[in-house]
Amino acid sequence: MIAADLTRSGLFKTIDPGGIVPMPSEPEQVNFPQWKTRGAEALVIGAVTPTSDGRFEVRFRLMDVVKGTQLAGFVYTVSAAQLRLTAHKIADVIYEKLTGDKGVFATRITYVVKRGNRFELQVSDADGFGAQTILGSNEPIISPSWAPDGTRLAYVSFERKKPVVYVQSLTTGERRAVANFTGSNSAPAWAPDGRRLAVVLTKDGGSQIFTISVEGGGQAVRLTHTGSGIDTEPNWSPDGQSILFTSDRGGSPQVYRMSASGGQAQRMTFEGNYNVSPRHSPDGKSFTFIQRSGSRFSVAVQDFASRQVQALTDGGVDESPSFAPNGRMILYASEVRGRGILAAVSSDGRVKQRFSETGGDVREPAWGPLINR
Amino acid sequence: MKKWISMFAVVGLLVGCASTPTKEQDGVKVEDRQPSVSAPVTSAPSRAASSAPAKSQTVGADPLKDPANILSRRTVFFDYDSNVVKEEFKPIVAAHAKYISQNRQQRMTIQGNTDERGSREYNLALGQRRAEAVKQMMTLLGATGSQIETVSFGEEKPRAQGNTEQAFGENRRADIVYQGE
Repeated sequence: MIAADLTRSGLFKTIDPGGIVPMPSEPEQVNFPQWKTRGAEALVIGAVTPTSDGRFEVRFRLMDVVKGTQLAGFVYTVSAAQLRLTAHKIADVIYEKLTGDKGVFATRITYVVKRGNRFELQVSDADGFGAQTILGSNEPIISPSWAPDGTRLAYVSFERKKPVVYVQSLTTGERRAVANFTGSNSAPAWAPDGRRLAVVLTKDGGSQIFTISVEGGGQAVRLTHTGSGIDTEPNWSPDGQSILFTSDRGGSPQVYRMSASGGQAQRMTFEGNYNVSPRHSPDGKSFTFIQRSGSRFSVAVQDFASRQVQALTDGGVDESPSFAPNGRMILYASEVRGRGILAAVSSDGRVKQRFSETGGDVREPAWGPLINR
Repeated sequence: MKKWISMFAVVGLLVGCASTPTKEQDGVKVEDRQPSVSAPVTSAPSRAASSAPAKSQTVGADPLKDPANILSRRTVFFDYDSNVVKEEFKPIVAAHAKYISQNRQQRMTIQGNTDERGSREYNLALGQRRAEAVKQMMTLLGATGSQIETVSFGEEKPRAQGNTEQAFGENRRADIVYQGE
């Protein structure tokens, strides 16, 4: 699992240890020149031992093969149910030691699976395994969005025969309608403080962006004022100062930026006549979005400072991009033979991966935050 | 009143065309046609045209469910990327506007829909705009806004599956649903 995590990142190559007997599990057993010859720069050793109380002791060390020194070493005592998470955590330690960036293998993702006429909102590990159904419904579910602390999801459910925004706790399962105004309620986006949501409401006509309190109560504060226009898909900057969104105020859907308190908006995208679904990078220096070219929809990134746009996928029907919390990968929905799948691309476009088939039609992914699990 | 009757006659004619498509219709776009599901098979166009809507119904018959009554037609179809109510659907909108303005206790939801291409949230907003276009026409014809709620299903509730132009056309629609239905 650790090797799979690291390989998937596109930054690591695993080396076949075949022929080295016995496999070392302690530093004194390591024959460094032997590994060096095989081209290894770093070596992971360790062991999993059952404990008397039915749990497991997981020991691991990361060794610098060139210098013959230890870079990291940890011991975890965990239950069988925690083994998968522990492996992801070890991969995170290795990733951070060797690349300098935070690892995101122990983070989680959410997405919606459609099976027949049934919709399931799921949360899984970042590799797509260990999926749990958070909500099952006979009506559509869209736009799941992670609370900054990773303990709650906001999403849109059609169970009341119209789109209504709910917030649901992942720890207790408790859920509550937080935006159920006349008309449609959609596109929830958490403010970085975790106390407010930007949502799209149609109660005053048009599709306009408002903020509401997550706790309920209080007025919805209107941020956009384009009459019967469309302003949707809000996304807060990591510092909470501004909001990116999609608007058709210029005649075609384009990405705009405004202050988090509303007011004047600045158009951000200019190439093509369909640029939608903006999401900030975690460092706030760029954003990812979907651009249409002809009938193809692809994932792109744009740098705020240089305004440079880079297409990351060659397109098809790619949708719903979101950055990994370390900014290195972008998760998105794609389609293979008419069925929705999850895919990821590195933010430089060089590494692409498809998630294992889960069965069913998968859509609306969102990568969760970096948290201690 | 005369004007009304002639409009209904046009609708009747179109229904007739839709249920028996012929080669002469080459000029008609595929997505403009009523799909078979909502074309009331038993509706005799002449009867629909001659029976005045709503008020003159036989006591006991629900005009909203009577296949011979234009009020049983609930769907307005749209062109790609458009929220303009086309000529052929105006009589349907007008009939419902009249019905709801004469039945003040009635509540109606107009559900906007789109085809599946593009962002789900943007499509939700496009569907909303279609629903609002239908509502606006109804209020101009005398319906009270507070009787009508407009919502959108975006691309989430397609009537037809598949990536064909025909399926897309059937999905770009607004459906009229009365409370309790």
